[in-house]
Amino acid sequence: MLKRVHFPTSVLPYLLVAPQIIITLIFFIWPASQAVYQSFLIEDAFGLSTEFVWFENFQILFEDELYLETFWRTIVFSAAVAVLSMGSALILAAFADRVVRGATTYRTLMIWPYAVAPVLAGALWVFMFNPTLGIFPYILEFIGIDWNHYLNGTHAMLLVIFAAAWKQIAYNFLFYLAAMQSIPRSLIEAAAIDGAGPVRRFWDHIFPLISPTTFFLLVINAVYAFFDTFGIIHAVTQGGPANSTTILVYKVFNDGFVGLDLGGSAAQSVILMILVIAMTVVQFRYVERKVEY
Amino acid sequence: MVENRRILGIISHIVLILGVIMVALPIWITFVASTHDAVRMTQAPIPMLPGSHFIENFKQTLFGAGLSGSEGAPVWRMLLNSLAMALMIAFGKIAISLLSAFAIVYFKFPFRMGFFWMIFITLMLPVEVRILPTFEVVANLGMLNSYWGLSIPLIASATATFMFRQVFLTIPDEMLESARIDGAGPLRFFWDILIPLSRTNIAALFVILFIYGWNQYLWPLLITTDTDMTTIVMSIKQMLEAAEQSPQWNIIMMTALLAMIPPVFVVVGMQRLFVQGLTETDK
Repeated sequence: MLKRVHFPTSVLPYLLVAPQIIITLIFFIWPASQAVYQSFLIEDAFGLSTEFVWFENFQILFEDELYLETFWRTIVFSAAVAVLSMGSALILAAFADRVVRGATTYRTLMIWPYAVAPVLAGALWVFMFNPTLGIFPYILEFIGIDWNHYLNGTHAMLLVIFAAAWKQIAYNFLFYLAAMQSIPRSLIEAAAIDGAGPVRRFWDHIFPLISPTTFFLLVINAVYAFFDTFGIIHAVTQGGPANSTTILVYKVFNDGFVGLDLGGSAAQSVILMILVIAMTVVQFRYVERKVEY
Repeated sequence: MVENRRILGIISHIVLILGVIMVALPIWITFVASTHDAVRMTQAPIPMLPGSHFIENFKQTLFGAGLSGSEGAPVWRMLLNSLAMALMIAFGKIAISLLSAFAIVYFKFPFRMGFFWMIFITLMLPVEVRILPTFEVVANLGMLNSYWGLSIPLIASATATFMFRQVFLTIPDEMLESARIDGAGPLRFFWDILIPLSRTNIAALFVILFIYGWNQYLWPLLITTDTDMTTIVMSIKQMLEAAEQSPQWNIIMMTALLAMIPPVFVVVGMQRLFVQGLTETDK
C-alpha cells in the first residue's frame, strides 16, 4: 500500500492470498451470510416448511421480555467485569510502576492468568465457591452469608463476574504498566518538584496521560466480556439458575443448539454481529495507538 | 521513583503482594487439591496446604482412567489432541497470514484492496456470531471429529495479516531493489529476506496463537462428538458435570492443572515474546 516498488504482476499474488481468501469465504463469509439469510426465515414446528418473513424474527426478539432482560444483563455483566478487572489492574500497575526493585518479578507473577482458558478459570472459581466444600462459602458462613450459586441468582452472577474479571486482570495490568512506564520521567519529576504528592501526581498527570490506554482497554474488555466468557458461564452456571447468568452469546448457543430455534438464533447472531462491527469500528476509529505528550 | 518515601515504598510492596495473592489463589487451591486423596477432598473445609498424593494423582490422571466411572478418553490423549490443535492453529495462521501479507504489500494487482477488506471483515465475525451455519459447513465438508475440522476454520486471521503487513512496511524499499538487482525472484526474496527479518515477530505471534489455540472451547465443543477427539480444556466441563454425582476433586483439579501448565509455561517462559506479541497484535 505504501511501498513504492513492487514485483511485477503475475498469477503469483493470487496464489499467495488464495489460502487465506478461500478459508475466509468458506468459513466466515458464507456462514455469516447464511446467518443473515436464516434470520429472515421462520420454520414451522415440524421443520417441514420455512417461510420468508423479513424482520419478524427480530420483531419477536425485541418483544421478548426474556431477550431484553438478557441484553440488559449482558451490559451489566460486561460493565462489572470491565470495572472490576480494569480497576484492580490500574491500582496494581500504579504501585508496580513505583517500585524500583522487583517490578519485573511482580509482572511475571501477575500475567499468567492470561494463559488460563476461560472454562478452566470457571472451574477454578466454581471449586473455590462450591457450597459444601469451597473455601469461600466456609469463610462467608462466619459472617452469616449462606453462599449457594446453584440456587441464588445474585450469587451465581457474582461468581461469573469474579471469574471473568480475574482472568482479565493480567491483560489489563500489562497494558497499564506499559503505558505508565512510557510516560517520560521528567514530567513526573517536574510535578514532584512543584510539590505534587504521589496521589496528586497520579490523578493529575498519570491518569490523564494513560487515558488512551483506558479507552482501548475498555473496548477490549467489552469484547472479552461479550464473547470470550462463554466458557466461564458454560462451566460455572450454564446460564442458570433461572437464566440469571444467561448472556447474549450463551443464549445464541442455547437457542440454536439446545432449543433448535434456527431463525431466532440466527437473528440473535445478526444482532451480535452488528455489535461486534460497532465495537471494531470504535476500536479502529477512535482508539489512538500512541499516547501523545 | 521520584522521591524516596520509605512508607510509600513499603505500602507499594504490600499492595502488590496482596495483588499477587489474589491472582495466584485460585491456582494455589487447584494445586493443593491435586495433592490430596479423594476422601480428604470431600471434607469441608478443604485443605490449604499441599498433601502427599501428588504423584499418585498425577499417574492416575495421566495414564489411568482419569475420573473413575467416566468413559472419556485418557488424559494423555486429550493433551495430545490439544497440542495438535494448538500447533495446527498457530502454524496455519502464521503461514497463511505471511503469504497474504506478502502479496498485499509487495504486489500491485487488481482486487488487492478487495482482498484486503475481505480479510479485514473476518475480524468482525468471531465464531460466536456464526455458530450454527459454520457448524453446518464443517459438517457438510465431512470435517467433524477431525483435526482439520478443529483447526482450519479458525486459522483465517485478520490480526496476524495486519501485523505482518506492518512489519513488511517497515522494511526499507532498498532491500527489495537490491534483491531484484541481484536477480532474486519474489519467492526467493520472501524466503531469504522477509522471513529472517520478521523472525522475532513470528515467534511473538506464535506465543499468542498457541495460547489462543490451546484455550479454544466453544468450537471443539461443537464439532467433536467422538471422545477420542476431546481436548483437555473441554474435558474439564464434563468432569464438573460428573462431579455433581461423584466428587473426585483431586482428579478434576489435577486435570485442570495439566490443562493449564502448557500455556502458562509458554507465557512465563517466553515472557518477552509474549508481551511483544500481545502489544503488537492488539494495536
